[in-house]
Amino acid sequence: MKFIPNSTIKNSMLKEIGITDIDSLFSDIPKKIRIKNLNLQDGLSQQEVEVWLRKLGEKNKSFCEMPNFLGGGIKIHYIPAAVKSIISRSEFYTSYTPYQPEASQGFLQAMFEYQSMIAEITGMDIANASVYDGATALGEAALMCTRINKRKTFVVATNISWDKRCVLKNYTKGAGIKVKEISYNNKTGKIDLDNLKRNIDHDTAGVYIENPNFFGVFEDKVEEICTIIKEKQSLFVVGVDPISLGIAKGPGEYGADIVIGEGRNLGNPVDFGGSTLGIFTCRNEFLRQVPGRIIGITQDKEGKRAFCMTLQTREQHIRRGKATSNICTNEGLCALAAVAYLSLLGSNGLEQLSKINFEKGQLLAKKITSLNGYEKVFNGVHFNEFVIKCPDTQQLNKKLISENIHGGLILESLYPKLKNCMLFGITEMHNNESIEKLVSVLKEVE
Amino acid sequence: MYRSAIYDEPLLIELESKIKDIPEKVLPLSLQRKEKANIPDLDETQIVRHFLRLSQMNYGIESGIYPLGSCTMKYNPKICEEIAKWDCFAMTHPCQDESTIQGNLQILYELEQMLCEITGMHSFTLQPAAGAQGEFTGLLLAKTYHDFNKDFNRNEIILPDTSHGTNPASATMAGYKIIEIPSTKEGTVDLEILEKTLSEKTACFMLTNPNTLGIFEFDILKISKMVHAKGALLYYDGANINAIMGKARPGDMGFDIVHLNLHKTFSTPHGGGGPGAGPIGVKKKFERFLPIPRIVKKNDKYHFNYDHESIGKVKAYYGNFSVLLKAYIYILLMGNNGLKETSEVAVLNSNYMKKKIVDSKKYKLPYKDLRKHEFVISCEHLRQERGIRALDVAKRLLDYGLHPPTIYFPLIVKEALMIEPTESESKKNLDKYVETLIKIAEEDKETVKNAPNNTSVKRVDEADAVKNPILTWKSLQRYK
Repeated sequence: MKFIPNSTIKNSMLKEIGITDIDSLFSDIPKKIRIKNLNLQDGLSQQEVEVWLRKLGEKNKSFCEMPNFLGGGIKIHYIPAAVKSIISRSEFYTSYTPYQPEASQGFLQAMFEYQSMIAEITGMDIANASVYDGATALGEAALMCTRINKRKTFVVATNISWDKRCVLKNYTKGAGIKVKEISYNNKTGKIDLDNLKRNIDHDTAGVYIENPNFFGVFEDKVEEICTIIKEKQSLFVVGVDPISLGIAKGPGEYGADIVIGEGRNLGNPVDFGGSTLGIFTCRNEFLRQVPGRIIGITQDKEGKRAFCMTLQTREQHIRRGKATSNICTNEGLCALAAVAYLSLLGSNGLEQLSKINFEKGQLLAKKITSLNGYEKVFNGVHFNEFVIKCPDTQQLNKKLISENIHGGLILESLYPKLKNCMLFGITEMHNNESIEKLVSVLKEVE
Repeated sequence: MYRSAIYDEPLLIELESKIKDIPEKVLPLSLQRKEKANIPDLDETQIVRHFLRLSQMNYGIESGIYPLGSCTMKYNPKICEEIAKWDCFAMTHPCQDESTIQGNLQILYELEQMLCEITGMHSFTLQPAAGAQGEFTGLLLAKTYHDFNKDFNRNEIILPDTSHGTNPASATMAGYKIIEIPSTKEGTVDLEILEKTLSEKTACFMLTNPNTLGIFEFDILKISKMVHAKGALLYYDGANINAIMGKARPGDMGFDIVHLNLHKTFSTPHGGGGPGAGPIGVKKKFERFLPIPRIVKKNDKYHFNYDHESIGKVKAYYGNFSVLLKAYIYILLMGNNGLKETSEVAVLNSNYMKKKIVDSKKYKLPYKDLRKHEFVISCEHLRQERGIRALDVAKRLLDYGLHPPTIYFPLIVKEALMIEPTESESKKNLDKYVETLIKIAEEDKETVKNAPNNTSVKRVDEADAVKNPILTWKSLQRYK
């Protein structure tokens, strides 16, 4: 077998260890459960595999063949070739978690730089080296709030995605945390401050808001929100789209205690929704409650600067059942892509990218709402996603696909109140041609 | 002589630091960022060189042998990487209309079927992002199942003292009380103690088989009977399944819930820490509770099904698709014959190395003789006689360009070195590794204690990093 070097010398190796046949190596498995074969076909050649996968690939319509305007947090962004080249270095991608720092300085330094850049863009003190995704980051954040202040309720508004709320409930069940969902303001799409005030009390461990939220709308009353939360000594958790942070305030600027987000947008392909990258940051004072790996600076025995995993006594491989989280494998390579991407953009590039995304978001919304029968549902300022009430989403969806263009995300199944509403998303990847095409098909279904 | 690349590679921020740069006003004032993020604006050449030099100060499986026990660091076929980058997969959005992602859905559907066959389970979910998340998901399923049966008092998880650290951590996260039971002198589950510990409060017994000593739990059928007789469930930690593919299946052993680590056994690279994938396989009676969406096949078309009484979701979307895709390709490449041979040679390599090391009498092998894909040796005698610890041996291996094994695990072995060579290494490499281990045991104390010297930095002071945490550029500047 091509990937098994000792394939042809098994017998001589067996002889050397004084065993006659391979089966005796498995003699400690009870006979009753030993099997001879798996009901799978035998291995294919690389060439055959490639032909088969091409066939399967043809059953998909990628962004290249069919541009989509799907919103909902995850969007397609351009990935500079240098990012792909950097993460393709196999010294990086074929390494394990850096348990041996002397043999892992490269990855460790890159992760330190990742933590630094994430702390910079979010305006927070520290970041960890990643969790699984934005949704599990929320789960971990809620657990962390309870570890910090021992309170047992966590508040979210329904203007964050259903997926996230669902993951949050599963993550908090074991700790006995009650998740309180509060409704958003129907006009603005933002959190309703009075409603928030009514729903926070001295048992509220933390409150999560997203900026921009699931509907693409910026929460601009963040200072007021922060005051309401802090009045009850609760913790303020904010979710971000890092692409917005070239122009939007980092939540550190408005008092956030923990900032999380889906970081896949930073230099990682959309990959059908995974691999993902969970951003996790907080203020210094909560450092010892952070889940997952953290990389720190230290020195070697000759005093030379070195990097290593640190504060490992928080983690499961040391603390077992008392760890801050069960996370072990994280999203290292996606974090590497993110740090390479942010390096290539620089602060100026990130600002420009944010601006382009914001402006395209305004332009598309304007074009669509100028058509008869299409109106913007929420009047809050939006980033690169927005909700539009359409004539008939099912019919529209069908029509668009038949014209080889994919519209927004249909919201009705998630939000019955938002009948015939679509969540559109746009990025620097959408050129004029695809925008015009979308608008012209929408016009036909007026 | 091995030499790792050594650069005094600066941090990017040390190449150029921006201070108080004000962005153009684009947003309303309440939202507008006041100061640009302090990320340097460098040219592409500088950045590419920076990361290239960093990569040269890093050791991967393509640099050489990487026998980390329980981590299954095997070679990752290039074709898996290449195909996963194709636009037809990488540029598909998770919320596209089903009619435009039939290829992806077919891959996920077929991968579930393959994993069912390999493990002997009824159905799989591919959603969990890693082994630990798989464990957590599996335990949520167990809880939901017991609750469904109005069996509300089962709040305990039993696990052996050889279990992976994630097992108790996942159990705590799922809200359970943990009971750890000691192993027998043979390094296996103590049936008497297990029997005494099991009760109407036990939700699950979590077990790795072969266990982390590399020993197959021969009494597994008895264990299964005991656990089920008390109405509890049997959970399989699949980190070690590289030992038994095509030889035995957890489903046939009586396990109810199984997780696999695709980034271990199914050869998707570990990426310096991830991404991984930790799918969960279950027996039929648990299928109804699996995370949503399920992928179903109807008239040769594939669909998402959100409509069943599930535990909900544990991760956004459908799992780490790019990892799942690589595992699918790997299984196609290996097939029945290849997977079987993988386990045969993984076990052969492990026993071959173990024999050579034991014969040398330089290290001790606690517990039973026959091992599966990994084995644990001890250098406790080196510590007692000469003050050389497992950590020192590990660091000295680095000087020879060899990645050390897992050390100080499992916790029941003093000064443990846990070696898992996998099927990827040639006999020559195994011989060299053994020879080096023997040589190190004979070297003078100072040389070993002072190692490593051929790496990009000398021995790292991990304690200092804890005393004085510097975790970002910002804190480094403050510290300076």
